[in-house]
Amino acid sequence: MLSADEKRELDAEAAHYRDRRALGIEALKIVQRHRGWISDAALGDAAAAIGLPPAELEGVASFYNLLFRRPVGRHVVLACDGVSCWIAGCERLLQAAAERHGLRPGETDADGRFTLLPVACLGACDRAPVALVDEDLHGNLDPERLAEVLARYG
Amino acid sequence: MDRPLTGNIGPDGPLDLAGYERAGGYQALRKALRDLAPADVTKMVSDSGLRGRGGAGFPTGQKWSFVPMGAAAPRPKYLVANADEMEPGTFKDRLLMEGDPHLLVEGMILAAYAVQADVAYVFMRGEYHLPARRVRQAIGEAYARGYLGPDILGSGYRLEMHVHTSAGRYLCGEETALLNALEGKRAIPRAKPPFPQAAGLWGKPTVVNNVETLCNVPHIVARGPAWYRGLGRTRDAGTKIYGASGKVRRPGAWELPMGTPIREILEEHAGGMRPGHAFRGLLPGGASTDFLVAEHLDLPMDFDSIAHAGSRLGTGTMIVLDDRTCPVGMVRNLEWFFARESCGWCTPCRDGLPWVAYVLDDLEDGRGRPEDLALLAEQARLLGPGHTYCAHAPGAMEPLQSALKYFGDDFARHAHEHRCPWR
Repeated sequence: MLSADEKRELDAEAAHYRDRRALGIEALKIVQRHRGWISDAALGDAAAAIGLPPAELEGVASFYNLLFRRPVGRHVVLACDGVSCWIAGCERLLQAAAERHGLRPGETDADGRFTLLPVACLGACDRAPVALVDEDLHGNLDPERLAEVLARYG
Repeated sequence: MDRPLTGNIGPDGPLDLAGYERAGGYQALRKALRDLAPADVTKMVSDSGLRGRGGAGFPTGQKWSFVPMGAAAPRPKYLVANADEMEPGTFKDRLLMEGDPHLLVEGMILAAYAVQADVAYVFMRGEYHLPARRVRQAIGEAYARGYLGPDILGSGYRLEMHVHTSAGRYLCGEETALLNALEGKRAIPRAKPPFPQAAGLWGKPTVVNNVETLCNVPHIVARGPAWYRGLGRTRDAGTKIYGASGKVRRPGAWELPMGTPIREILEEHAGGMRPGHAFRGLLPGGASTDFLVAEHLDLPMDFDSIAHAGSRLGTGTMIVLDDRTCPVGMVRNLEWFFARESCGWCTPCRDGLPWVAYVLDDLEDGRGRPEDLALLAEQARLLGPGHTYCAHAPGAMEPLQSALKYFGDDFARHAHEHRCPWR
């Protein structure tokens, strides 16, 4: 079952679409926002709320990289590995993330604080290399600035 | 110089509704609803010469003209702003949405009026949190002022507008895949025909336009097609948001007359190459465009000139390759991107792109063979136009085939020396 808050948010979105099936992505994003990630139970709750078989919604969930079907850390770091960030040295940044912070692409660090995921171009190439931490965009990163940025997230 | 797209954008954040109105905002909408029939708006946009700014360059008025009109047309009809900006190296729609969200909203209302759409969506990529907040705020203000809703400015025209935030994947930017995503499905492309204007969202007539394209519309309606045509420096009309990233002195984006020469953009606006770096080439409009090199620097950055040189204007935001960056490594980065973002729907793309990327890995990591060059050239042909369901794999082959053409010696050195000379 969706919680009262989740249901209220879903109902607000429902008014925007003529077909409840179209709510699948919204429903998954809502449960993810409230529960951190989309467990099988959460996926089942979302599917039931919009009247879709869970297997069908799983087909949607497995397609989109911002829908997390595995637990993630308290903060998600989306590190841009687009070509402009690559030219600007994002590989050096990923190396620093691994060596200094124990963060490897696709993994969550030991204390569950960060999950690091590579992501397609974040559309801020004039500030390359960039990364998104939760909803905050950080640009002109180098290993030192990365350390400063990560320190702000508990 | 006229900067219709970015004239309102300043360091203090976007204009609110009152500020936007003081700057002349929503006058085009008032004019259209008072004086112009929907077909008149479409005609103005056709006459203006506006071409789609998402990459394909299709004439916008012509795109709209395919929408069934009149009492017998299927309803509801839809207008979608493609704000899924994810083409590597492209950062122009973010600038517009963060900087002047009401311009997009007004452009969308005008476009929707032209095709008599009932519902409009902004399809926003999931990572664009700040643009989503600002566009939602602008839509809310527009509703409150009567620019959206059941009877816009007493004209009897009715439009609702929503923001859909996506959940990732590059393919959502392809217009038919975008429609599937908006319907809550996997973002795989649809066969064309039928084109979305005839059967799009939920099978109803739908127009999908890029954000920058739509932001031009209020100005065309307010100031007329002749003014708009006159903005361009070549046959192509209007202004364009150009950008440059890579090892240039001042990476950035600038609104300039359409047809501004590449050299002028690179030298005057981007400040030239960074000290110690020499220019080797550039992708003129994102990852899925062919490399251009020094001999092309005096070309005007417009659709036809860049096409004649064998590339595409694309999104107009260029990615510069310098002499201290390995061209094979750059292409490897691009091909892994395309491989990762393939939706998997058709086999050549799903299986071919990773294979290409592995061959590039071999070259970069010292396992390359001289025959790999011919293999890559063959793949560039097999994954090119006509072999796949959508333009994803052909787009992926554009930087590869042109890199083989212009930087073939560098590829050969990787194979013969069994190492990357840049590492």
